[in-house]
Amino acid sequence: MRIKLLLISILFSLPSASAFAQAIKHWQTSQGGQVYFVPSPGLPMVDIRLVFAAGSARDGKQYGIAALTSNLLETGAGQWNADQIAQRFDAIGAKYSASTSRDTSWVGLRSLTQAGLLAQALDTFEQIIAQPQFTVAEFQRIKEQTLIGLQQQQEKPGFIAKKTFYQFIYGKHPYAHLVAGEIDTIKAIQLADIRQFHQQYYVSKNAVLAIVGDLTEQQARKIAETLYAKLEPGEKAKPLPQVKSPAKARQKHIVFPSSQTHILAGLPVLSRKDADYFPLYVGNHILGGSGLVSLLFNEIREQRGLAYSAYSYFSPLEKMGPFTMGLQTQNKQRVMATKVMQQTLADFISKGPTQEQLTAAQKNLTGGFALRFDNNKKLLNYVATIAFYQLPLDYLDSFPGKVLQVTVADIKSAFQRWVQTDLLQIISVGGQ
Amino acid sequence: MIVRVLMVLMCCSFSVHANRVQERVLANGLKVLVKEEHRSPVVVSQIWYKVGSSYEPSGITGISHMLEHMMFKGTDSHPAGEFSEIIAANGGRENAFTGRDYTAYFQALEKSRLAISFELEADRMQHLHLLAAELTKELQVVMEERRMRTEDKPRAKLQEYLMAMAYSNSPYRNPVIGWPADIENYRIDDLQRWYQQWYAPNNAILIVVGDVHAEKVFKLAEQYFGAIPAREIAVLKPQTEVPQVGVRRMTIKLPAKVPYILMAYKVSSLKTVGQEWEAYALDVLATVLDGGESARLPARLQRGQQLASSVGAGYDLGGRLEELFMFEATPIKGKSLLDMEIALKTEIRALQRKVISAEELARVKAQVMANSIYEQDSLFYQAMKLGMAETVGLGWQTAEQYREKINQVTAEQVRLVADKYLVESQLSIAYLEPQTMSENTQQGVKHAH
Repeated sequence: MRIKLLLISILFSLPSASAFAQAIKHWQTSQGGQVYFVPSPGLPMVDIRLVFAAGSARDGKQYGIAALTSNLLETGAGQWNADQIAQRFDAIGAKYSASTSRDTSWVGLRSLTQAGLLAQALDTFEQIIAQPQFTVAEFQRIKEQTLIGLQQQQEKPGFIAKKTFYQFIYGKHPYAHLVAGEIDTIKAIQLADIRQFHQQYYVSKNAVLAIVGDLTEQQARKIAETLYAKLEPGEKAKPLPQVKSPAKARQKHIVFPSSQTHILAGLPVLSRKDADYFPLYVGNHILGGSGLVSLLFNEIREQRGLAYSAYSYFSPLEKMGPFTMGLQTQNKQRVMATKVMQQTLADFISKGPTQEQLTAAQKNLTGGFALRFDNNKKLLNYVATIAFYQLPLDYLDSFPGKVLQVTVADIKSAFQRWVQTDLLQIISVGGQ
Repeated sequence: MIVRVLMVLMCCSFSVHANRVQERVLANGLKVLVKEEHRSPVVVSQIWYKVGSSYEPSGITGISHMLEHMMFKGTDSHPAGEFSEIIAANGGRENAFTGRDYTAYFQALEKSRLAISFELEADRMQHLHLLAAELTKELQVVMEERRMRTEDKPRAKLQEYLMAMAYSNSPYRNPVIGWPADIENYRIDDLQRWYQQWYAPNNAILIVVGDVHAEKVFKLAEQYFGAIPAREIAVLKPQTEVPQVGVRRMTIKLPAKVPYILMAYKVSSLKTVGQEWEAYALDVLATVLDGGESARLPARLQRGQQLASSVGAGYDLGGRLEELFMFEATPIKGKSLLDMEIALKTEIRALQRKVISAEELARVKAQVMANSIYEQDSLFYQAMKLGMAETVGLGWQTAEQYREKINQVTAEQVRLVADKYLVESQLSIAYLEPQTMSENTQQGVKHAH
């Protein structure tokens, strides 16, 4: 699979970035499980995602335990070992997936909706979530794999930059370490810790379920009912601590044997429910979020040829998520490229966008609105996000209107209040 | 049990008709393909040119990719940057990509705005401005792209060196992005020649998938592209790869943390193969080895014997020239690259000696069947499949027949292709031996045939 991608060796010019807009149906199962469903007829398939507040922000001192727990789920569950689970999915072309971020760990299933096939896929899926075996042998194996994976990441200047960047912007907050954890902390994790983590966080009160696909509401209700019935009720995870902004601006360069220097700059800014969400989001679209036409792309790449990719983005989280600007440039251009990046940001913050830039961004965001959820996969992402962060159910419908309401003054004011350049953390990793 | 499941799948497949591809060739030779998909009010438009890195003579490797970058630098009627601004103002998403056998440009738009994409693509097919000042800047961008993709990635570098060793004279030996000395020395007239030589309606395929009506799209295509004159397109030299007559090996020493092995067997592609079932059987073979967690490599080498930390295999049947059937592995702690090589070869021998089980074959076919449904979720991917098949000369019909052809493959055929193609004399092996990263390691390559 991996090699297949490698072989096709396609080079993109840019690093990558309706009828569907049916109302999201929301209900609770008889046991109180939260369900969000969008019927999507047309293709005989369904996507299911169960999201837990069990991200790396729950790691405590055991950095990486959330991700490790998630990776272990499919290595044995109920009466089946890893081979049997894999065979049960593959034999019917079902796809199981699991992933961990700072806020969440989720497990997902993509299956055909043909009754017999879906039943086998769901049966296996339920066991994985509710009855994982967590055997010693599989624990050791996955732990070793994780350690080698982390070692290999050390080959990449971009990885070192990201790791240091999060440490700098988050200090002691649980968002500060990487989701994958650290070599030393992974080594120290014991199987009992994994069991404990699972028991505490993989529970129905700590979950939301998103379903998108060719099912009737009745079918979706039945699936949700069965799935939630397998989980212990448990408790909702406690609120995460507030993020403290960095005390002052800092800049650090780490020497690394690479031909390019990777540069990241930013600070914690945006939470999912922030009142300034739309001014910041639309503003960033102009600054560095709109690919080939953003200000950063223009200044760094189009005007000066300093980098292949230059961007900025907000990653909104439960608590303040990072604002990140990034680029990679050959080592000798590091200082210059950093300056251009900082200057572009400073100009944007002091002057705000022009009305013309704002109008262009609004046209892009509203004119391309249908592209945001033109297939089940994209739609599922939205539904899961809306479900987990408890956003209004009409979030998608109201999106174009909210974008159009944003003014130049809103953007300028929101950036001046939130993106404080005198607190900016700048990390670079590369040659001298 | 498994057989029953498969039969259920096949019944299911009859009830789900994939939408039909409709074709029209304009008088100037531009082939237009349309697939109507009315699930969402959007449209994907892609224009594919039959030119890529495998078309490039030495000295200007990577020029197709460079030209792809320059295609965003303006025309007589739209100055540099305006193309992207117009697409953005219309809510569109756009990009371009270059492969060994094609260069393609695409936009995704709300369905009523397809004409905008056609107008702009027709314009830059004929009136591109190639300016020296823009090239100077864009050269730097592509050099940065190369540093990011290859120079600072030990595994990408290993693959680049392996390709250059595995192929003797096939242009597939060159990286798509080009060799550094070639990139640094493109001149504007190199690009001008390349543009004139390959960018013509009779060397292109226009593919539209989405909430459109085929007849209206054909009319729109005629309106915007119809007047562009056809040009004589040079016949490509065959550059047929000379036979390989023995195993090739190399060890790469680079600053890295984890050892890694790549093994590549020279095999036919669907385009070059004598009997087409062989290519489909090779495709099944790759899925038996690495299609999902229950496939042989993860089941046996990662879980069973626990030799590999990661392992994979892959084959792309869609190449224009002779292909490579690839293996990769990362050993677990305490195991060596030689252990990986032996383990992979043991798996290959097993496939040569004994036919795969009925269960394994049924699993592959079930996965192919399910994927043929899943992939319809993406307009972009559907267009992509047609474009790849067209540009290598297989024809879009081939892409549409894929599932059916895979269904015909037998277990014995899979054994036969393993036996015929995965042989020592056709093998190239590359080891990545990590060097300490702290000191300034001398980068060197030991190379032995």
